Amino acid sequence: MIAAHYPALQIVAPLIAAPLCVLLRRGTLAWLIAVAVSWLVFFIAIQLLQQVMASGPISYELGGWAAPWGIEYRIDSVNAFVLLIVSGISAVVAPYARATVAKEIPEDRHYLFYSAYLLCLTGLLGIVITGDAFNVFVFLEISSLSSYVLISLGKDRKALTAAYQYLVMGTIGATFFLIGVGLVYAMTGTLNMADIAVRLDAVENTRTVLAAFAFITVGLGLKLALFPLHLWLPNAYAYAPSAVTVFLAATATKVALYTMLRFVFTLFGADFALNVTFLAGFLMALAIVGVFAASITAIFQNNIKRMLAYSSVAQVGYMVLGVSFFSVTGLTGGIVHMFNHAMMKGALFMALGAVFYRLGTVHLDRMRGLGRQMPLTMFAFVIGGFSLIGLPLTVGFISKWYLILAALERGWWPIAGLVLLSSLLAVAYVWRVIEVAYFRDPPENHPKVTEAPLSLLVPMWILVLANIYFGIDTSLTIGVAERAAKSLLGLGG
Amino acid sequence: MRHHIILRVVAKLSIPFIMLYALYVQFHGDFGPGGGFQAGVIFGAAFILYALIFGLDNALKVAPMNVVTFFISIGLLLYAGVGVAALFYGGQFLDYGVLASDSVSGQHLGILLVELGVGITVAAVMIAIFFTFADRGR
Amino acid sequence: MDFFVGHYNYWIFVFLMMLGFYVVVARGNLVKKIIGLNIFQASVFLLYISIGKVFGGTAPIIIEGAGGSPVTYSNPLPHVLILTAIVVGVATTALGLSLVIRINEAYGTIEEDEISEMDLEP
Repeated sequence: MIAAHYPALQIVAPLIAAPLCVLLRRGTLAWLIAVAVSWLVFFIAIQLLQQVMASGPISYELGGWAAPWGIEYRIDSVNAFVLLIVSGISAVVAPYARATVAKEIPEDRHYLFYSAYLLCLTGLLGIVITGDAFNVFVFLEISSLSSYVLISLGKDRKALTAAYQYLVMGTIGATFFLIGVGLVYAMTGTLNMADIAVRLDAVENTRTVLAAFAFITVGLGLKLALFPLHLWLPNAYAYAPSAVTVFLAATATKVALYTMLRFVFTLFGADFALNVTFLAGFLMALAIVGVFAASITAIFQNNIKRMLAYSSVAQVGYMVLGVSFFSVTGLTGGIVHMFNHAMMKGALFMALGAVFYRLGTVHLDRMRGLGRQMPLTMFAFVIGGFSLIGLPLTVGFISKWYLILAALERGWWPIAGLVLLSSLLAVAYVWRVIEVAYFRDPPENHPKVTEAPLSLLVPMWILVLANIYFGIDTSLTIGVAERAAKSLLGLGG
Repeated sequence: MRHHIILRVVAKLSIPFIMLYALYVQFHGDFGPGGGFQAGVIFGAAFILYALIFGLDNALKVAPMNVVTFFISIGLLLYAGVGVAALFYGGQFLDYGVLASDSVSGQHLGILLVELGVGITVAAVMIAIFFTFADRGR
Repeated sequence: MDFFVGHYNYWIFVFLMMLGFYVVVARGNLVKKIIGLNIFQASVFLLYISIGKVFGGTAPIIIEGAGGSPVTYSNPLPHVLILTAIVVGVATTALGLSLVIRINEAYGTIEEDEISEMDLEP
């Protein structure tokens, strides 16, 4: 019965495919393996989500050892949703990667690129699927190390300094997380997440547990790019190869947010976080400041990839704002924004990757008149931009709707007003690109550019249509997100 | 480094013992301190000592880069292969108990194989890192 | 008094952690940052192993000839966790140093302020 082993296969398939790519040494073969494994992983994620929604959480014991002694993979509605996001993005990015990687990375490194990509996928999936606290650290480091390698493969020499800065900050974050897990182990004697949740209640008010909570939150905040710990993100996303930016922008911060949700709500408990620490107020303040600071910085960028990277920091702020309400509506908004942002930023960065493929640059001045020369690509950018702003009929509207609803439920009118105000800032930076692309003439001495090839357009438009579809029919996303929010707050489901 | 006869003779005497000690640490990992990672590093250190004393060209003749890269992949595939083999024998992933006739010898066999996989990969990685760094300056 | 002398392991852990963190933040040379990162990670190893020690416990190895008499041994689980963390530290150091070599080839320097100046130019 292969279906019983789906949780293990989810991790093993990319893990075995990575050294296979190194053994085979041929770039095209490595790409085919990456595409096949991404689609297999997406299929398994869909099966797991259906099983969880039908019959509740799944538990898989590695090595046959029973739960508190062995490592357990535990999948419930929160997990399964994030698994779907990560594997879905990988299923779309892997076919997209072929053309852009062929242009941006030297031929003899292609098999190494795909091997590192598969290891990054393994790490991200592993963080989400595991039910053991130390296993999270192991997979976190696997995904982080392979992301540093992937980012450093960018063409510009600034990719090297960006990867180095990300390495230093990411390792500090992961080590803080490790200290936190060590202190939790010292107080409870176990590493299994469900077991820790039970045993932490008895020792909650000790200083060790408070210190562990602080270390874990700060460490994960660094990986999450929560303001002011976001300094690595703009450079890393701007100078990485196009396919890498799409993949990391759509998955890495979501997985870190999922880990924070798991540790704050399941392990430590919502009442500990609300009553003993001031996490809710702290997160809300940092989120709002992050949204405004990042959006304002985005308006002044001339490198459009960098502009979208700052926009990503702002969107992470929205997700954390939703979480900081600690209510069902707020958490639903935060969790559904994970999915929506992956769709939005995936489509936007893919459009930019196609622009880079044809133009060789993503500088605003060189993009004049691109709306007429690359109509499909720029129209995809326009729809993605509308989603960022939060116009109705797009997924961005759904997330903002839930955030405002959560604020109004508590009677906090200023917060709702701030969410609307920040959307106006998004209008500013999206309009800059639309104005230059559609309302200016192309430069005279510019070579003629044609539309992007089909292998780039098809994945891009799949994500754009997903933007619109999930903005109109929200039954899947809101259904799963609401169930996930209720299970995190301990209200069943 | 070739000119220093003392270094050459001592290196020639010690390298086989270093490798033997690495094998001892590898296979006594379940009875005492040891295991895959430590043994791999010690084994890699033997090759690095050879490269330091006798020159990178000679070391590359002994361990060419594509052979080393091959061993990196083989070690990891051995580890994952043991896990998948457990799936085929009807247990969970990485359940060593089903690999042999009774549970205890199955555990023994399983740990031996995965530690061997780890040791091979770590030794190859250490050698590969050193050779890549040393090659850069020439 | 026992607060300081009895828990000297943990005081050394805090001291090393702050030392490593200071080197990462305050030094501009890229290689020195990596060394600081190593010291920072080494302090975490010390924390885990201190947690695992059982007073009066011996090494967790089967002793021949002990028969059926019970033996107190230290917890081996933190040691295993630290092995994994050491490997992660080695890999991070190797990756960081190879990035520094390539930065040196691309920029000609490994001082952070000079690199920032060169990045601001075009």
